[in-house]
Amino acid sequence: MILSIWSLFIGVIDVDLSGLLSGNLEQLEIFLISRLPRLLAILCTGVGMSVAGLIMQQLCMNKFVSPTTGATISSAQFGILLALLFMPNSTLWGRALFAFAAAILGTWIFVWFIQRIQFKDVVMVPLVGIMFGNVIGGITNYLAYQFDMTQALSSWLVGHFSLVVRGRFELVYLAVPLVILAFVFANHFNIVGMGKDFSRNLGVPYNLVLFAGLSIAAMITASVVVVVGSISYIGLIVPNVVAMFKGDRIRGTLVDTALFGAVFVLVCDMIARTVIAPYELPIELIVGIIGSILFVGLLFYRLRHGRKAVRLGAAHAGGCAAPIAQAERGDGV
Amino acid sequence: MKVTELTKQYDGKTVVDSVSFEIPKGKVLSLIGPNGAGKSTVMGIISRLIARDAGLVDFEGQDISRWKSKELSKRLAILTQSNQIQMKLTVRELVAFGRFPYSGGRITAEDEAIIDQAITYMELDEMQDRFIDELSGGQRQRAMIAMVIAQDTEFVLLDEPTNNLDIYHATNMMKIVRRLCDELGKTVILVLHEINYAAFYSDYICAFADGKIAKFGTVKEVMTRQTLSQIYKVDFEIMEIEGKPLSIYY
Ligand SMILES: Nc1ncnc2c1ncn2[C@@H]1O[C@H](COP(=O)(O)OP(=O)(O)OP(=O)(O)O)[C@@H](O)[C@H]1O
Ligand SMILES: [Mg+2]
Repeated sequence: MILSIWSLFIGVIDVDLSGLLSGNLEQLEIFLISRLPRLLAILCTGVGMSVAGLIMQQLCMNKFVSPTTGATISSAQFGILLALLFMPNSTLWGRALFAFAAAILGTWIFVWFIQRIQFKDVVMVPLVGIMFGNVIGGITNYLAYQFDMTQALSSWLVGHFSLVVRGRFELVYLAVPLVILAFVFANHFNIVGMGKDFSRNLGVPYNLVLFAGLSIAAMITASVVVVVGSISYIGLIVPNVVAMFKGDRIRGTLVDTALFGAVFVLVCDMIARTVIAPYELPIELIVGIIGSILFVGLLFYRLRHGRKAVRLGAAHAGGCAAPIAQAERGDGV
Repeated sequence: MKVTELTKQYDGKTVVDSVSFEIPKGKVLSLIGPNGAGKSTVMGIISRLIARDAGLVDFEGQDISRWKSKELSKRLAILTQSNQIQMKLTVRELVAFGRFPYSGGRITAEDEAIIDQAITYMELDEMQDRFIDELSGGQRQRAMIAMVIAQDTEFVLLDEPTNNLDIYHATNMMKIVRRLCDELGKTVILVLHEINYAAFYSDYICAFADGKIAKFGTVKEVMTRQTLSQIYKVDFEIMEIEGKPLSIYY
C-alpha cells in the first residue's frame, strides 16, 4: 500500500519531469493546460478500468471476465457510433450518454446470458464474452463503413491520450464519482460474488446489487472509452495481480487495485511517449504488449504455485491466451 | 415458525407434497430421510431461498416472504448444503461477513468479539488468517458454520453441517448446536444423515420420505425400528445408551 503510493508519487514526478523536459521551451502555463489534464486522464483511466474489471470479476465469479472479455468496451463503442449517426453534432456528454446506455445494456445481456447457460468451464465465459464483443464490434464496423464513419470512429477504437489536452477534465468528472460509489458498495459486491443463497442469507438483494454493480462497471468503462478510446487488458490484469497478493476482499483490495491500475497506465504512457519520441505510440499498443507479458508471467506464477492454481492456469493457457490476443487484434482493427 | 401445506414442484414432479409442521421454539429439530426426500427443499423454502408453489410459512406472525430481507437476516440464518466459494478470503474475513446484516461494512468492537467467539467455537483460531480456498473441505465447512454462528440469529438452519467433518469435529459441531440451543436459547434446525447424531443431540426429529413427512415427533417417538426401516428400507435395531435411543443398521 505504502509502496503503491510511493510509486505513484514517483510516477507523477517522473511524468512531470518528462513533461517538462520534452517541452522545456514551453511555459509552465502550457504544462498546466496540457500535461495536467493528460495526467489526470491517465490516472482516471488506470483507476477506472481496473476497478471496473475488479467489480465485474467479483460479480460474475470469474477471474477472466473484464470490460474487454465482457463485451463492455465494444458495446460502448457501438453506443458512440449510434451517437455519431443520429446526433452528428452531439457534445461529448451526449456521446457519453449513448455509450453509457449501450455499455450497460451490452454487459447486462452478456451476464444474463452466462447466468442462463451455466457454463461448466470458467474459460467458456470470457470466450463467449469475446465472441459477443466481436459480434458487436463487427456490427459497429459494418455500420461505420456503410455510413462512411470509419474515420470518425477510429479514434475511439484505439485508445490514446494525445487528444486529451486543453483542460478536458470530463473523464475526471465521470469516473471519480463512480469509483467512489464502487468503494461504498464494495462489501455488497463481495457478498453477491459469493452466490445467490449466500447473499440472500445476509439480506443482500442479489439481482439489484448485481445489476447496479455491472452498471457502475459499465459506466466507468464507457466514460474511459468516450474520452480516451478502447484500452483493453487493464481490467483483466490489474485485479488478478492484486488479488494474487492481497486476496479477494474488495474493501481491502480496491485501493490497491486502483493505485496499481493508475501506475500501470502511467508507466505504459511514459513508454508510449519515449519510444519513438518526439512522436507517440497509441497507449493501447503498449498496454497490449506489457499486458500480455504480465499475463504470461501470471500464468507461470500460477503454474508453479499450488494445486488449484495449476488447474486454473492450465485450463487458461490452452483456452484463454489465444482468444485474448485475438480480442486485442479485434479491438485494434 | 409454522409451516402449512407446503408444496413445491420441479418440472411437474412434486418434490415437497403438502408438508405441515410447527417448529418448536428454543429446541433442536433434525430433519432426516433418504436422498432426494425433499429436506433441503423444505429448508430452502422456510428460509426464503427457494420459492414455493403453495402453502404458508408463518414466521413470528408474518409470512416469510413479507419480511424485509435485511430484518430477516438478523433473525434467521441458513447454511446451505453446497457452498463452493471460490474466493480468496481469509477465514476471519468470511466469518466477519456474518456481521453484515448488523453493521454493514463497518465492523465494531462488539462485532469483533462475536467473530472471535464464533471462530473459537469452531476451533478455527489457528487458521483464522488462512485463505479459505487453501483449506480442506472440512475446514472450509467449519468456517462457513462459524459465519452462520457469527450472524447470531434466533433461528439457525444448517443443511448437513457434519458433511465433510471427521468424527471429532462432527461431534464437536453437534455439541455446539446443543450449546446454541441450551445456553443461548436459539432454535436450531438441522438436516442430518447420521441418525444417531440426530437421536443423541436433538429434541425433535422430522422424518421425510418422498416429499412427505413420514413421522414428526420427539426423538423417542421417531426412533423406532418400524419407522426407521420403513423410511430407509434397511433393517434397524434400536438400543439405548445414556437413556437415549441409538440405532444400528445393516
Ligand atoms: N433445482 C432443482 N431442479 C429440479 N429438481 C430439483 C431441484 N432441486 C431439487 N430437485 C429435486 O427435488 C427432490 C428433493 O431434493 P432435495 O434437495 O430437497 O433432497 P434432500 O432431501 O435434501 O436430499 P439429500 O439428502 O440428497 O440432500 C430431488 O428429487 C431433486 O432431484
Ligand atoms: Mg439436501
